[in-house]
Amino acid sequence: MSLLEIKDLTVEFPTRRQRFVAVASADLVVEPGEIHGLVGESGAGKSTIGAAIMGLLEAPGRITEGEIALNGSAISGLDQDAMRALRGNRISMIFQDPLTSLNPLFTVRQQLVETILTHLDVSGEEADQRARDLLDRVGIPDPDTRLDQYPHQFSGGMRQRVVIALALCSEPEVIIADEPTTALDVAVQAQILDLIRELAEERQVGVILITHDMGVIADTTDRVTVMYQGEVVETGPTDQVIGDPQHLYSQSLIAAVPRPNEPRHRFPQISYGGRQTRFAIEDIARNWPRQDADPDTPLIKVQNLSKRFLEKRSLIPGKSTYFTAVDDVSFDIFPGEVFGIVGESGSGKSTIARLISGLHRVDGGVVHFRGQEVSDLSNKAVQAAFRQEIQMIFQDPFSSLNPRMRVDQIIAEPIHHHRLLSGSAVKTRVAELLEQVGMGAEAGFKYPHEFSGGQRQRICIARALATQPQFLICDEPTSALDVSIQAQILNILKDLQEHLGLTLLFISHDLPVVRQMCSRVAVMKNGQMVELQATEDLFARPKTEYTRELLSLMPRLDALQSSGS
Amino acid sequence: MTTSSEQTAKPKSMLARAWDSDVGYSFRHSPVAIISSTVALLLILAAVFAPLLAVMNPFDPASLNLLNGFTPPLSQAEFSPDWFLLGTDDQGRDVYSTILYGMRISLFVGFAAVALGMVIGITLGLISGYFGGWADAIIMRIADVQLTFPSILVAMLIFGVAKGVTPVEYRDQLAIWVLILAIGLSDWVQFARVVRGATLVEKNKEYVQAARLMGRGALPILFRHILPNVMSPVLVIATISLALAIIAEATLSFLGVGAPATQPSLGTLIRIGQGFLFSGEWWILVFPAVTLLALALSVNLLGDWLRDALNPKLR
Amino acid sequence: MLSYIIRRVLQSVLVLLIVGLVAFAMFTFMGDPIDNMLGQERTQEDVDRLRARLGLDQPFVVQYVKFILSALQGNFGVSYEQGRPVAQILAERAPATLELALVSGVFALGAGIVLGVFTAIRRNGFMAQMVMTISLVGVSLPTFLIGILLIYLFSVELDWLPSFGRGEVVDLGGWTTGFLTTSGLRALILPAITLGLYQMTLIMRLVRSQMLEVLRQDYVRFARARGLPERAVLFRHALKNTMVPVITVAGLQLGSIIAFAIITETVFQWPGVGLLFINAIQFVDIPVMAAYLMLISVMFVGINLLVDLLYVAIDPRLRT
Repeated sequence: MSLLEIKDLTVEFPTRRQRFVAVASADLVVEPGEIHGLVGESGAGKSTIGAAIMGLLEAPGRITEGEIALNGSAISGLDQDAMRALRGNRISMIFQDPLTSLNPLFTVRQQLVETILTHLDVSGEEADQRARDLLDRVGIPDPDTRLDQYPHQFSGGMRQRVVIALALCSEPEVIIADEPTTALDVAVQAQILDLIRELAEERQVGVILITHDMGVIADTTDRVTVMYQGEVVETGPTDQVIGDPQHLYSQSLIAAVPRPNEPRHRFPQISYGGRQTRFAIEDIARNWPRQDADPDTPLIKVQNLSKRFLEKRSLIPGKSTYFTAVDDVSFDIFPGEVFGIVGESGSGKSTIARLISGLHRVDGGVVHFRGQEVSDLSNKAVQAAFRQEIQMIFQDPFSSLNPRMRVDQIIAEPIHHHRLLSGSAVKTRVAELLEQVGMGAEAGFKYPHEFSGGQRQRICIARALATQPQFLICDEPTSALDVSIQAQILNILKDLQEHLGLTLLFISHDLPVVRQMCSRVAVMKNGQMVELQATEDLFARPKTEYTRELLSLMPRLDALQSSGS
Repeated sequence: MTTSSEQTAKPKSMLARAWDSDVGYSFRHSPVAIISSTVALLLILAAVFAPLLAVMNPFDPASLNLLNGFTPPLSQAEFSPDWFLLGTDDQGRDVYSTILYGMRISLFVGFAAVALGMVIGITLGLISGYFGGWADAIIMRIADVQLTFPSILVAMLIFGVAKGVTPVEYRDQLAIWVLILAIGLSDWVQFARVVRGATLVEKNKEYVQAARLMGRGALPILFRHILPNVMSPVLVIATISLALAIIAEATLSFLGVGAPATQPSLGTLIRIGQGFLFSGEWWILVFPAVTLLALALSVNLLGDWLRDALNPKLR
Repeated sequence: MLSYIIRRVLQSVLVLLIVGLVAFAMFTFMGDPIDNMLGQERTQEDVDRLRARLGLDQPFVVQYVKFILSALQGNFGVSYEQGRPVAQILAERAPATLELALVSGVFALGAGIVLGVFTAIRRNGFMAQMVMTISLVGVSLPTFLIGILLIYLFSVELDWLPSFGRGEVVDLGGWTTGFLTTSGLRALILPAITLGLYQMTLIMRLVRSQMLEVLRQDYVRFARARGLPERAVLFRHALKNTMVPVITVAGLQLGSIIAFAIITETVFQWPGVGLLFINAIQFVDIPVMAAYLMLISVMFVGINLLVDLLYVAIDPRLRT
C-alpha cells in the first residue's frame, strides 16, 4: 500500500464547443519521503491532477473516472466537509506565486495560528509556540519579530518559506507543490528546493512537485512522471527516465533541454506530435541586402550608459529617491555577432535593451550605431534611419501583438510606416513573410489570439524582418515558451544570424541557452556590468565570484549528459 | 504561391466575427440580453419615429383641445368624439403622444450627454494615461475634485449657473442644450478614469513598445493601438451611463430644473402627473413612469449583461 | 504615513479653496448684487457708494480672500429671496437634512453590505439571483418615482405614514430633532427608505462584485487548501479584503446621500437644505447656492478624509 495512489484518473471540463479532457486515465504513486516530479509542457494537465487530489477543481471541471487513495482509503469520492478535514491536515499545497498566496491584511502569526488551531487540538499558547518553531524550521531568521509582520514586509523567497510553513502546520503526509519556484530568482529557487528536499526526508512526507523545468526535476526529484496532453507517457526513477527515456515524447522533450556544459550548433527539436514547422531561411536570405561591414568596427558602441527611475516622489525636490537601474555600463557589439547579457531579475539587463532601442531616454552616456549617436531622440533624421535598422523580439508573445489588429495588418504596419512598399506590393510582401516564417499566408486573415505562443513568436519575427533590419534585440525571447517551442525559436534566431549576417543582442537569465547562442557574454548585477568575456572563457574561467555563483546554480542535469542525440 | 491560399481563406466580416465571438455566443444564449435589447431598440425606434406614430403633436397648441382634458385611458372624451388609448392630461394632450415625444427628448439628451462625456473622458483619459507627468496630475486632480461631488449635484450647479447667465427669453430654448452640457460634464470623470487605468496597462504592453520601436508617433499609437484595446470597459460604462443619464435627465426635469413644460421630457411629464395621482387621474403619471422604467431597466440590464460577457472571469 | 495624512489634508484644503473659488465666481459673474440690493430708483452715486462699501471695486483676488475669510466665520451674505442671512437659514434647515441622511446612510450601508455578501457567497442561489434582479429594477427606478410610489402606497392607499414634512420636532438648543417624538420618527421612515434605497443597491452590487473578485484570489484558494472552515475563509479572509475598496466607494456614496436628499426632500416636502437649494436654483438665489455648495463640500471633504484614515487603519500595506 502506497501513501498516495492515483488510478485511472480522468478529469473533464465541459466547455462551450466540446468536452475538454484535461487528464486522461492517469496513474501516479507516491511513497513517504519521496519527491515525485510531475513534468510536462503547459496544458499537459499536471496542475489539474494537483487540484483533483485537493478536491479543489475549478468549476465546471470534475472527475469522471478513476480513484485517488490516501493510505489505501479512497478520497476522490468524499464530500466537501470530509475533504476540508483532509486539506491542510493530511494533504497540503504550495502555490506558484508567494506574492498572492498570503492574505495581505493579516500578520504571519494570525495566518499560522489560525491554521494550526483549525487542525490541531492545542491551546492558543501552544499554537503560538508552534508557529514560531515552524518559521524557525523553514529558515526564517528572527522568527519572533517576523511573526508579527505582514506578508508585504517579506521578500519573495521569504514569503515562499512562510507559505511552506503554513503547509506544514499539521504534519501533512502529502504536500503538492505546484511550480513552487517558477516565480523566484535562480539563487532563491535553489534554496527553496533544498528546503523542500530536507523537509521531505526529515518528516517522511510525500511530495508531488509539479514543474515544467527539467533542471528542477533532475536536481530535486526521486521519481518522475512525464505528461503529454493529459496523458501519462512515462514514469520511473528520475535518473532512469532522464538518462534513458523510453517514450518518444520524453526522448524528444529531454533532448530539447539546452545543455549547460557543452556548446552545440543547433537545438534538438521535439519531433513528437507533429509540431515541426518549416522556417524558410534560404528564401529570406536570397533577397536580403547583406551588408559586409568591417567585423572589427563596432556596430553598436555603448559608453557610460546610466538610467535611474523615480522610486518615491517627494515634495521637496532634493528628497525624491531614485532607483539606479543601469549604472555606468560600456560595451561594444561587433557586426554579425550574438552578444549576450545575463543577470537575475532587476539586474538592469532589459533596461539596457530599452535604452539602446530608444524606448527609454538615457540619463547618462551615449549609444552609437555605425558611428552615429542614436541616444539623442530629438535628432529626427538619425532616428528615422535607425528605426529601420533595429528591431526587437519581446519576451511575452501574448502581449507583443495587438489583439485588435489582424496579423496581416500587424506585419504591414512597419512596411507602411517606413514607406518601403505601397499598394498591392505590401500584401504580397506580407504573404511572403508569413510563408517564410512557416505560418502560411492565410494566417494573415486571423487575429493573434487564434495562435499558440510559438506561432505568435514567429509572427513577431515576421514583423521584425519586414524592414530588413541589421540589428535585432531579443529580450528573453523564449522564457515564456515551452521547451520544445523554445528550441524552434532559438534555431530560427541562429539561422538569422548565420545566413543573413544579423547582429543580435540576446538577453536572458538562462545560462545554458546563453551558452548555445552567444559569442560573447556580459554579466549584470544591480545595474553594473561585472564581467564581459567570450562565452567559452566565461563558462570555463569565470573571473568574478558572482559569475561563479551563477554558474554553480545552473541545474547540473548530470543524468542528462549521456543522453540526447 | 501566395495567391492560392488567399482565395481559400477570406477575412471574415466584422458582423460575422461579432456573431461568432464569445460575446455573440453569450448574447444568443441570454434571454435577458435578447429581451432587454429588443425592448430598448423598440423604444428607441418609437422615439425616432414619434411624428409618424403619434396621433397628435403635443407641442402644437393648435391641436390641443382643453375640453378633452382628463379623459381616462381606453375611452372617449366627454365632450368630443376623440378616443384616447392612454387617456389625456389636464390640458387635453394625448398621453400616448406626449410619451412618444417626451421619450424623444429623454433619449436625445441621454445619448448626447453620454457622447459628450465619452469624448471628453476618452480624450483626457488617453492623454493622462499615455503621457503622464503634469498633464496627468492636473487632469486627475480635477477628476478627483469633481468626483467628490455627486454628478446630479454637479449637473444641477451647471444648470443653475447656466440659468443665471442666459437671458430669460432664451432659457426655454436653451434648456435642452444646457441639460446635455450639465449631464455630459458631470459624467466624463468615469470614462477618463477607466480609460486612463486601461491605458496605463496597455502602454506598457509589448505591442505598444513594438510600435514605438518602429518609430510610430503618439497619435497613431493612441488611436490605432491603445484605443481599440480599451474600448470594452468604455462600452460597458457608456451603456450604464446612458441609463444613468436618462434617469438624471428625468430627475432634473422632475425637480423643475430640466426640460421646460413647453418641451416636456418623461421627467417633466411625471412632474406634471404627480399632482394628479392623488386626485385619481393616475394615468397621467403612471404611463410616463412605466415608460421611463422600461427604458432605464432595459438599458441597465443590457449594460449588466455586457459587463459580464466582456469579462469572462466572472462566469 | 504621517506625510500621507498631511498630503491628504493639504489636498482637502485645496479642494475647499477651489470650491470656494467656484462659489465666489458665481457671486461675481452672475447677477450683479447691486441690482438685487438697490431698487429701480438709484443714482450712479448710490451704486458707486454701495460698490465701495461691499468692496466690489477691489481686485478679484482681494475680494476672493475676503470671501473665504468671511465664509470661515460663517458669513455667507444675505439671501436674495428671503432677505435674511444665509447662515441663519442654513442653521435652521441643516438638522432636518442631517438626521435624514444619517438614518438612510445607516440603512444603506447595513443592508447593502449584508445583501452584497449574501448574493456573493450564494451567487447561483435562487434568492441571490432574485435579489440581484430586483436590485437592477431599483437602480433603474429614479429616486423620485420610488418616493411617489411609497407615498401612494403607504400614505394615500393604506394611510399608515405621513406623506410630507417632519412631524413634531423637539428643539434642543438650536438643533431641532425628530428622533424624540413618535410623529417625528414616523415621518422619517418613508423619506429615509426612499433616500437610502438607491445607495443601498449600489453598495450591495459593489460589495458583491468585490467579494467575487476576492474569492478568486490565490490567498483564498490557499486558505481553502489549508482546510480552513468555509466560514473563516468567507468572513475572515475574504470579507476583510472586500471591505478595503468598498470603504472608499461607500464613503463617496454616503456623501452623495446628502446631495441626493435634494430629490427626496422635494418629493416629501422635507424642510431641509436640499429643498432650500432647489428653490434657490429656481430663483437664482446666488448666496444660498454658494453657501450650500460650501457647506456640502466641507461635509464631503470631511467624509473623504475620514475614509482615507480608515483605509490606513485597515490596510497594513499603507502603514509602512
